[in-house]
Amino acid sequence: MNATANGHSDHRPSGWRRWLTTTNHKDIGTLYLWFSFVMFMLGGIMALLIRAELFQPGLQFLEPERFNQIVTLHGLIMVFGAIMPAFVGFANWMIPLQIGASDMAFGRLNNWSFWLLIPASLLLITSLFVPGGAAGVGWTLYPPLSVQMGIGMDLTIFAVHILGISSILGSINIITTVLNLRAPGMTMMKIPMFTWTWLITAFLVIAVMPVFAGAVTMILTDRHFGTSFFSAAGGGDPILYQHVFWFFGHPEVYIVILPGFGIISQVVPAFSRKPLFGYTSMVYATGSIAILGFFVWGHHMFTSGMPVTAQLFYMYATMLIAVPTGVKVFNWIATMWRGQLTFETPMLFALGFIFLFVMGGFSGLVLAMTAVDVQMHSTYYVVAHFHYTMVAGALFSAFAAVYFWLPKWTGHMYDEKLAKLHFWLTMIFFNVTFFVQHFLGLAGMPRRIPDYALQFADFNMISSIGAFGLGLSQLLFLYIVIVCIKGGAPAAAKPWDGAEGLEWEVPSPAPHHTWEVQPVVK
Amino acid sequence: MTNRESYYYVPSPSYWPLIGALALLLLASGAVLWINAYTLGPALVAAGFAVLIFMLAGWFRVVIKESEGGLYNKRVDSSFRWAMSWFIFSEVMFFAAFFGALFYARVFSVPDLASVDSQLLWPNFSAIWPNAGPGYKGNFSAMAAMGIPAINTLLLLSSGATLTWAHWGLLQNKRSQLILGLILTIGLGLIFISLQAHEYSHAYAEMNLKLTTGIYGTTFYMLTGFHGLHVTIGVTMLSVILLRVLRGHFKPDHHFAFEAVAWYWHFVDVVWLLLFIVVYWI
Repeated sequence: MNATANGHSDHRPSGWRRWLTTTNHKDIGTLYLWFSFVMFMLGGIMALLIRAELFQPGLQFLEPERFNQIVTLHGLIMVFGAIMPAFVGFANWMIPLQIGASDMAFGRLNNWSFWLLIPASLLLITSLFVPGGAAGVGWTLYPPLSVQMGIGMDLTIFAVHILGISSILGSINIITTVLNLRAPGMTMMKIPMFTWTWLITAFLVIAVMPVFAGAVTMILTDRHFGTSFFSAAGGGDPILYQHVFWFFGHPEVYIVILPGFGIISQVVPAFSRKPLFGYTSMVYATGSIAILGFFVWGHHMFTSGMPVTAQLFYMYATMLIAVPTGVKVFNWIATMWRGQLTFETPMLFALGFIFLFVMGGFSGLVLAMTAVDVQMHSTYYVVAHFHYTMVAGALFSAFAAVYFWLPKWTGHMYDEKLAKLHFWLTMIFFNVTFFVQHFLGLAGMPRRIPDYALQFADFNMISSIGAFGLGLSQLLFLYIVIVCIKGGAPAAAKPWDGAEGLEWEVPSPAPHHTWEVQPVVK
Repeated sequence: MTNRESYYYVPSPSYWPLIGALALLLLASGAVLWINAYTLGPALVAAGFAVLIFMLAGWFRVVIKESEGGLYNKRVDSSFRWAMSWFIFSEVMFFAAFFGALFYARVFSVPDLASVDSQLLWPNFSAIWPNAGPGYKGNFSAMAAMGIPAINTLLLLSSGATLTWAHWGLLQNKRSQLILGLILTIGLGLIFISLQAHEYSHAYAEMNLKLTTGIYGTTFYMLTGFHGLHVTIGVTMLSVILLRVLRGHFKPDHHFAFEAVAWYWHFVDVVWLLLFIVVYWI
């Protein structure tokens, strides 16, 4: 029996053809991760443009329209170009290894999911250079403004469609792989937490990305084909868009954080040298967060004039999410309790995650209170809040994952000293950038403005200095990763002595094909 | 290596995904140019469609060859089943967005525009459905349920039955029943599409009911239009299945492509029932 007869082609094209045509989950995972890093840099440059403009009051570098476009693209690129592809990259690499499958369920579809990201990002980037510029409406694309924008808005709409197809297909692949290709004995309640969180995330993606596609389609037809979805004169309502968008948008924020929860749930036990505390409750907490996430979208719309009854419902439902999230935080801390802790870089990022994400969660609770939110809606407090969850949450967990699994991917250990430096620079500059934004928001500075009143000057200057420090620190990360790919101390199959799971039973670097004979899990 | 054989299929490297990405790039950029009245638009869209069809034909050709070549075992079969189910679920959610828009218009936005709050802005506006909004000048008639739509309901429900009958034929290896059932299903689907086209042209020509006819026209055409698109896709897929049957493909115990298309067809059927009730009837 030769290898190709059962489909495991060992004769892969070499050079660039390998990457264009690959059906291998590790290759595709690598492509996703590099794509995500490029987008992270691009979105980061946009963030620095924003912070450069806001360094001082007055207009320095950007026209107000251009500023709005940069804000919009920064959001879209970071959410759909950087964070989501990074987690899909981890999923591609690690899920088959973790559940003992030899690859993802659909190799070619997997490759298509990746390559669809390229046209989508091309459309987004091109939109900056068309007449009228990119969509300058914020990443939420609210009408009526989004109905009035120029051709850049159309490019954004189609980019969203393609991104949606990509992530739906990717998620179908992940769900199928997890449900159908687990090794014998790998029962549902033995699946590693990272895989569990992705299973639930994939369900969320399939449930809400089509709704987002529907929402932007409505904008498209309102713009060009004379429909009245968001026109009051025709019997529609711009608020309708907010409902449809946030029905997608709120689950979307769990899409970008749940895989991060999974990563932390694997890193913390590994460096505490203890099994995860409360695995079962962790699984149920993740499921509860996902389900509750479908019933809280109204908390993004407290100032849109909804009835008090609805405000109360959304307020209580939102606060309810603090319960399963609290279960998770409790479990992480209980895992560390009386563990033999060591503080390698993945653990540092995990601890940074727990500390900062809890702060982001608490500011979320503050915003969940309707009476308070009416004051803070669309201020920098909101910006500070979601950057504590998206940067200190999603991004920190992504860094933890990279350092945790880099030895498995490359076969080398990364430079621990430099990596720790990367952690501390990121940690400090992150807080310098975003902590002061809480004060700005409380003092009433609106988000998405290129200029501001003089009393906000000091905190904005501090925030901008932090942002440049944060941005430049990521070049160190790139350097560490490249050095680690090129060489370094060889990594053992299991470089972390407290780590558990099937992924540590294959050699480092993981060979091109793994688990061609399925392992049996006892 | 028996374990390896009974495991599952991992395909060889392929260019089709890349070609598929190119197709969508051409389609999307062409569509953007077209709707903004650039002359290059239609040509790019046409090129995108051509590449898309080339990709679909080529990719499915490989899949069909692998399937008929016996490379797909039970495990791969159940992967396909999961994947198709989740794909249909994503389609359900897409339609849910538009049904949601219809319910929102009927329950919230139109009544709100007639409420005390809006009296100053839109005096004399009353919230009766069908409604094209307070800014609509002119007259239109709403589409009645008990004409063509009722016939179309009957057609689609029958097509579900003929498709199941064809499936029974496949399961019992009665090939002529299978072929006849498929032809009947495709025929019913085609009649449905032509009746709907007739309904649209009637609406535009004689009822003054257009896509631009306020929220009623918007929800009517968007919901029935996307459904019609799905019927068209369904008929196309059924035709491919028919061609495969005529070439002797599918066995009583190995015919997931048939079932996947049948699932899709029934899904389109159920969406129509909902449409018939909430768009046409009540």
